Amino acid sequence: MEDLLNFLGMGGYAAFVWPAFAIATAVMIALAVDSRRMLSAVERELAGLEESGAGAPDAVSQGTGDDT
Amino acid sequence: MHRFANPTRFLRLADKIIPWAGGVTVITIAAGLYLGLFASPADFQQGDSVRIMYVHVPSAWMAMFIYTNMAVASAVALIWKHAIADLAAKACAPIGAGFTLVALATGSLWGKPMWGTWWVWDARLTSVLILLFLYFGYIAIWRAFDDQTKAAKAAAILALVGFVNVPIIKFSVEWWNTLHQPASVLRLDGPSIHPSMLAPLLLMGVGFTTYFIVVLLWRMRAEILGRRIRARRLARAGMGG
Repeated sequence: MEDLLNFLGMGGYAAFVWPAFAIATAVMIALAVDSRRMLSAVERELAGLEESGAGAPDAVSQGTGDDT
Repeated sequence: MHRFANPTRFLRLADKIIPWAGGVTVITIAAGLYLGLFASPADFQQGDSVRIMYVHVPSAWMAMFIYTNMAVASAVALIWKHAIADLAAKACAPIGAGFTLVALATGSLWGKPMWGTWWVWDARLTSVLILLFLYFGYIAIWRAFDDQTKAAKAAAILALVGFVNVPIIKFSVEWWNTLHQPASVLRLDGPSIHPSMLAPLLLMGVGFTTYFIVVLLWRMRAEILGRRIRARRLARAGMGG
């Protein structure tokens, strides 16, 4: 127990060390979750379009002009 | 490079890379955290606050590395009109901005106990803050244009112009009389940091890099599929009109 408390105390710097690791963890998790959500939403939308039989076969495009 | 201008081929490669990169991420970050938090020594001057280094430094490395990737991808897109280079740059930006924020925040948390201040307008801190603004500006440009082709060009130019900031960040601690400490790892004389601290630092650096690869490939996949959706909607509008 004493070892654990010493570890958590970080030699008196706990108020700086743990928030630093927490911020890094939170930002990296948020980026990963946001990226997966973005991908899932796009995959669902594309699957929906394919089911409804919309549009020409996959356009391997460099980006079209007006893109709204 | 031109082989992977074909989005379908690129996506197939990405699907193979992601699981391996994900596995390396988990293993190296777990090992880095174990060594960094438990098995490495405290610093004789900084005590346990030195452990902030194991997230602060890799984040700063990633902030600069990702911007460099963004600038290279932008150059490739502008020069060769590579089909997915502009999407690669676009996908990099939020990840780079995130790491820059982490570098600044963890740097503040390290600076307060060591320097006695949360912030100082020294060369390194100021140039990294400018890097953050460049990332935000880059993201804003993509959102500002309806025409994504124009957005890609404008964003690419900003990325290339802003790249001058990256060597400024790196060499700021040598060029100017500044508070932030000089380089301890990437130096001409080799690392000045003890191996017991260098090992977790490098492990975290590798883990952050493979994490970036995974998240980048997810975002690029979303961008490529998003482009397909727009193409199909246009085709549908054309057929139905």
